[in-house]
Amino acid sequence: MPALYLDIVGKKRGVNNNIILKLEDVKTSYGRIEALKGISLFLRKREIVTLIGANGAGKTTTLMTICGIVKNSGGHILFDGEDIKEASPQKLVRRGISQVPEGRRIFPRLSVIENLEMGAFIRNDRAGIRSDLERVYSLFPILRERRKQKGGTLSGGEQQMLAIGRALMARPRLLLLDEPSLGLAPMLVEQIFRIIEEIKQGEVTILLVEQNAKKALSCADRGYVLENGLITLEDTASRLLENEKVKASYLGA
Amino acid sequence: MFLQQLINGLTVGSVYALIAIGYTMVYGILEFINFAHGEIYMLGAYLGIIAIGLLTAMGLGNSSAFLLLAFAFIFAMVFCAFYGVTIERLAYRPLRRAPRLAPLLSALGVSIFLQNFVMVTQGTRNKVFPQLFAQNGFDLGNAKITYIQIMILVTSILLMVGLTLFVNKTKMGKAMRATSQDQKMAYLVGIDVNRVISVTFLIGSALGAAAGVMVALYYGLVNFHIGYTAGLKAFTAAVLGGIGNIPGAMLGGIILGLVESLGAGYLSSEYKDAYAFIILVLLLIFRPQGILGERLKERS
Ligand SMILES: Nc1ncnc2c1ncn2[C@@H]1O[C@H](COP(=O)(O)OP(=O)(O)O)[C@@H](O)[C@H]1O
Ligand SMILES: [Mg+2]
Repeated sequence: MPALYLDIVGKKRGVNNNIILKLEDVKTSYGRIEALKGISLFLRKREIVTLIGANGAGKTTTLMTICGIVKNSGGHILFDGEDIKEASPQKLVRRGISQVPEGRRIFPRLSVIENLEMGAFIRNDRAGIRSDLERVYSLFPILRERRKQKGGTLSGGEQQMLAIGRALMARPRLLLLDEPSLGLAPMLVEQIFRIIEEIKQGEVTILLVEQNAKKALSCADRGYVLENGLITLEDTASRLLENEKVKASYLGA
Repeated sequence: MFLQQLINGLTVGSVYALIAIGYTMVYGILEFINFAHGEIYMLGAYLGIIAIGLLTAMGLGNSSAFLLLAFAFIFAMVFCAFYGVTIERLAYRPLRRAPRLAPLLSALGVSIFLQNFVMVTQGTRNKVFPQLFAQNGFDLGNAKITYIQIMILVTSILLMVGLTLFVNKTKMGKAMRATSQDQKMAYLVGIDVNRVISVTFLIGSALGAAAGVMVALYYGLVNFHIGYTAGLKAFTAAVLGGIGNIPGAMLGGIILGLVESLGAGYLSSEYKDAYAFIILVLLLIFRPQGILGERLKERS
């Protein structure tokens, strides 16, 4: 059933099974608060898609719903064409979804290297893990220097790098980034976005949640605007950058 | 006298430490005090007696004391590990999302159940742990360390070193620490948190059982209510070291054993059991995070 469904969607949009993630009318509630009121979005393989919206719009909830940390009460989430509504978080990581969560969530009393090892928790290919560790170190040389240090002793920027590195250690096919630039100095923000572009060179599809809409739209292929749990706009990133409403609400112009 | 009290204190302290580890590991991950843990220790003591009884019934009672004891340890640890994991499954896991008081009450219920179960099946009278080793040992000046004390110290150290290696070097051990530091993130990296919790109960209970066997051997007597005082003291040791912190539990246990022993030797042995609770009260007032505790946890 899901495969057939995807085919129809694929034909409708003129792409063929190229969609890695699709949310269909997804609703998520916390008790009586309905944080997502039925959102639909999709990501093609190797795209960077950004989800922008004000504080409290439901961006984090969207990512947590995709990862199975909170369960959606309605709608469907298709990953690789399969409904993942009932899948446990660890199963989703195994299938290739990793998240860099809001606030980084570094394990504070694990060393840098242990944090990275935990990123590879679901894997058993020692050689592959070791080579990915080298890759993360070459992406973020500072992490190699700090590898014996406790995660909690790192600066904000270093923690963000560690959080990204940790997510990459799972060798994800879909990477969810929740406000990676939040609270970082401008120079570090630049660096983080450069890294995101670099990650895209691999086989990774990226869903980027940002309040820094300008930066996010400049590096993304497409974007969605989320307001109060509803998607109110969707378009290519370049057109969203020119959109008057986006300019007024999110680009501070 | 000081040296003698030191030896006695270290012996009792290492037992407290082993029990305290169970409290602290569970607290580290679930943020709840498993009040039934003292009962696991009590069960361990009984299972040790039962194990030796079984061997004796099979006509193996004359085997070497070391073999008998090794079997008693393994028997008690395996059964208690199983009990611990089962208790978590049945009594705590269904309450994971309930208000904080619920699992606490459930733990008290389990504790009362286990005490009564043992009372009914084993009787209210003291049980005697077979004398496997002679009561003598080595003279150290005017102090003496018995073979049993040496055995307790060595076994405790081995178990604690083993646990430390496990927690710091193995993947499961690291996952355990990760889960205690940020459970949501543990889920996000794909850690099977339920499995981590089961392993936590398994290890804590096995160590508690080992402590039970050792105390039974040390004092030679076991009763269905020994879990209560020992549990409270080990809990104090865990708080003393910083609840949630494994090295802290070890340190707290040793310190508590020493305080008790030196207090009994130099002040008054009448109040031996009270020292632990005086420490607990002082701690809660002046340093609730304990010696090695960094801060009380906040979690989203
Ligand atoms: N754990 C939670 N419990 C209750 N309400 C929550 C919780 N997390 C988020 N919310 C609510 O859901 C809405 C969306 O929040 P969130 O997804 O964090 O938004 P964003 O990431 O866009 O800032 C907000 O109204 C927020 O208050
Ligand atoms: Mg958010």
